[in-house]
Amino acid sequence: MTTYVPPTDQLEEDDDTSSGTDRRRFLTYLVAAPTLTIAVQLGIDGGSPAAALVPQPADIIDLGELLILAGAATSGMLTIEITEDGTARLALPRAEVGQGITTTFSMLLAEELDLALDDVEVTLADARPELLFNQLTGGSNTVRSMYDPVRRAAAAARGRLLAAAAARWKVSTSGLTTSGGVVSGPDGRTATYAELTADAASSGLPNLRVSPKKPADYEVIGTPTGRVDARKAVTGQIEYGVDVDVPGAMPVMVARPPTINGSPTSFNEAAIKAMPGVIDAAMIETGVAVLAETFGQALDAKMAVEATWTKGTIDDLSDEQIFARLRKATLPFTVPKTGLSLDAEFDFHFVSHAPLEPNSAVADVRKDGATIWAAAKSPIIAAQAIAQELGLPQGKVTFHVLQGGGSFGRRLFYDAALEAARASKAFGRPVRLMWTRIDDMRHGRARAASHHKLRATFALGGVLSYEQRVASVETDTRHGLGEILTAVAASLPVAGNASFAQTIFLTTVKCPYNFGVVTQLLNEIPLKMHTGSWRSVYSANTRGAEEILVDEMAAKLGRDPVAFRRQQLKTRRQKAVLDRAAQEGGWGRAMPKGHAQGIAFHDEYKSCTAVLVEIDATDPQDPRVTKATIVADVGLCLNPSGLKSQLLGGLTDAIGTTLRAGLHIKNGLPLEGSYSQFHYTRQADSPTDVNIIIMDSSEKPGGAGELGVPAAVGAVANAYARATGTKPRSFPIIFPVDFEPFPAH
Amino acid sequence: MPAYTFTLNGSPVTVDAPADLDLLWVLRDKLGVRGPKYGCGIDVCKACTSHLDGEAFNPCVTPVSEVGGREVTTIEGLADGDTLHPVQEAWIDQDVAQCGYCQPGQIMAAVALLKRTKNPTDADIDAIENVCRCGSYFRIREAIKAAAASM
Repeated sequence: MTTYVPPTDQLEEDDDTSSGTDRRRFLTYLVAAPTLTIAVQLGIDGGSPAAALVPQPADIIDLGELLILAGAATSGMLTIEITEDGTARLALPRAEVGQGITTTFSMLLAEELDLALDDVEVTLADARPELLFNQLTGGSNTVRSMYDPVRRAAAAARGRLLAAAAARWKVSTSGLTTSGGVVSGPDGRTATYAELTADAASSGLPNLRVSPKKPADYEVIGTPTGRVDARKAVTGQIEYGVDVDVPGAMPVMVARPPTINGSPTSFNEAAIKAMPGVIDAAMIETGVAVLAETFGQALDAKMAVEATWTKGTIDDLSDEQIFARLRKATLPFTVPKTGLSLDAEFDFHFVSHAPLEPNSAVADVRKDGATIWAAAKSPIIAAQAIAQELGLPQGKVTFHVLQGGGSFGRRLFYDAALEAARASKAFGRPVRLMWTRIDDMRHGRARAASHHKLRATFALGGVLSYEQRVASVETDTRHGLGEILTAVAASLPVAGNASFAQTIFLTTVKCPYNFGVVTQLLNEIPLKMHTGSWRSVYSANTRGAEEILVDEMAAKLGRDPVAFRRQQLKTRRQKAVLDRAAQEGGWGRAMPKGHAQGIAFHDEYKSCTAVLVEIDATDPQDPRVTKATIVADVGLCLNPSGLKSQLLGGLTDAIGTTLRAGLHIKNGLPLEGSYSQFHYTRQADSPTDVNIIIMDSSEKPGGAGELGVPAAVGAVANAYARATGTKPRSFPIIFPVDFEPFPAH
Repeated sequence: MPAYTFTLNGSPVTVDAPADLDLLWVLRDKLGVRGPKYGCGIDVCKACTSHLDGEAFNPCVTPVSEVGGREVTTIEGLADGDTLHPVQEAWIDQDVAQCGYCQPGQIMAAVALLKRTKNPTDADIDAIENVCRCGSYFRIREAIKAAAASM
């Protein structure tokens, strides 16, 4: 744990000046190939960003940047190929789970290469063990880590095509232009990329010095662009893990233990194998696997499994005991309580990731090798774990990364792939494995429950200190992130005895306000549950709670919530975002009784956002967010339509988890088993009026995949508090067990 | 095993299946029609929403024996050849899909709504219960309104 005391003479200064691209040097390579192929290596020749003197760890180096640094040595393998038919191809070592990265990078290639979007093909790379740390999708890091190398490699490719045309026509490159995949000469001669790519691959060509385009010259980047796979999406043609056909692969479902982490010891094998459509059944570590002709029959058989099970890992625990432990584990404050202080405590319940495509994978395990197909955000670690499990050398496991039907952090874990590999081995044939929704919600991953203790102290209308103590059930990071953090530990300002979790906490959570002495500390309790990073990791709760306290601080000081935030925010950029949200959202307008506005602010991954919502809580047990205004400054925005989708998703997540969506833990198992019980936002809960504004900026792109959640959590809670005259302290706010739980099976 | 004949996306199909096997599995596992998605299996997420004789229904809770002789339309059968349905067009124009997994069901639910009501109100749209875990609801709402206007 590290406590930082910020200097008292803080100046208003924008915080992006130390992260310009100029300190990074990019080397591009020509790859020996029949058609033009450019590889790019990312190198860092400037000082470590950690050298910058700023007050809090998250300002110095945040998680998104960590991933970039750790991957720096190996990201040279990123290649762009111009094929014989003139298509530009890039296999992105990241996961597409709905965040739109294949579209964003298609746009970037189209931009730098002067190609139509249709002539660009961005796919997801298989697991590539040589990339080590640079194939993990998380920390809102994809655009931040890939923007510079991709645009530079694409610019280099365009330079080679120009050089090839110049050599062919025996002219200088200076008079040549590119447009729509064609190089044109001043005399009207033209050649397509398809015609030039073989020449451009020749090492005999002189190397052109090329620069990527300046953002001011962008025509594609910055223009709202629909998803490149939109037509496939609306015609049902996107292939997810549950859709992949592998010859001979049959459906598998797994009967699971009555409590988390139990294992089977015996089951009614003969009865199950005699059921209609059942081909085989076997015990694997996580349950009883049933192989059948159809998933429907596998499901029926799974439901008929009668098994004996070992005890689970939290059999005697329910929410009550878990939250009692969390309260006990919350670290003490440093600053004593005074007459001018404000204390508050918050509970956040477990929340399922609940991506709509359930946990699934296809596996074909043979004696001498294995092939896996699954949506995976950490495919290298997944392939390694599967190789180890099967007793195969790592090189014998091929891991194809598929598009995922949602993730929100869930697909950092490869449990379905590992389970499919075990089932394929047990049955001696390829399998298509899918979890039921009930199992996905009960035995799948969840955001860890947490307890928060906050204290602010004041004097003469100013804030002297702000402290936040967070106790959380351990968040599992055994999906490669731990290894990444170890690799860069020496360069971390928070290293020393900080655990991985504390490192992630301190590198992602920061208070955006001038609140004097600020300390934010995490303590985890080690319960063996299936937890995992949930969109925005610690920030949704930690910053959400802080934004609620900020409203209460403003009230205590007799200040307007916007004016108070404005005064306390640190930079001009932050204030501009807050001002814009207040202005566009009509802050302060008169609202009917039971209705109210709420506002909150958040800053992370070099981006910031303000959210203003209006809520109708006339019936406090049935509130509805009716309107939302979201303003974000993410630096250079590559695709405004995609970014707005991400922010809209963050808002929807916040509405759900703040008001209604959570998991109750009872005797070692979540009670909720489907969307009829886990009340994630539906159409009838979402606002009918949403206005999202992206601030103009030419700063380096910040992270944005998780940005949308925390401020929206604060805004929704603050609006509810104002509309109902209550002080929400436990989330979700409306959280009855309003259903008959499914049997534990 | 009994055989069932029904019309699937305009063409007759006959399939051998147990009477109580839900149509979702007949479509996905026996006929290779993978547009309708599994998300819950109990008719609460609505990801499999398709049309039975022109009205929205959920194949995850509809035994194959109930569709004999009837007309089943999945997302694959919505477009007229290469010409997309106006709702599909509106979905592309509004850039609705994120992960896309729920969208076949959302679109089929929207088409069914627009069949019943030419100008759906916000309350009509609220009644669509299909879960979008990516949270694209506002864009779905806008796309339905745009499709209604274009139809």
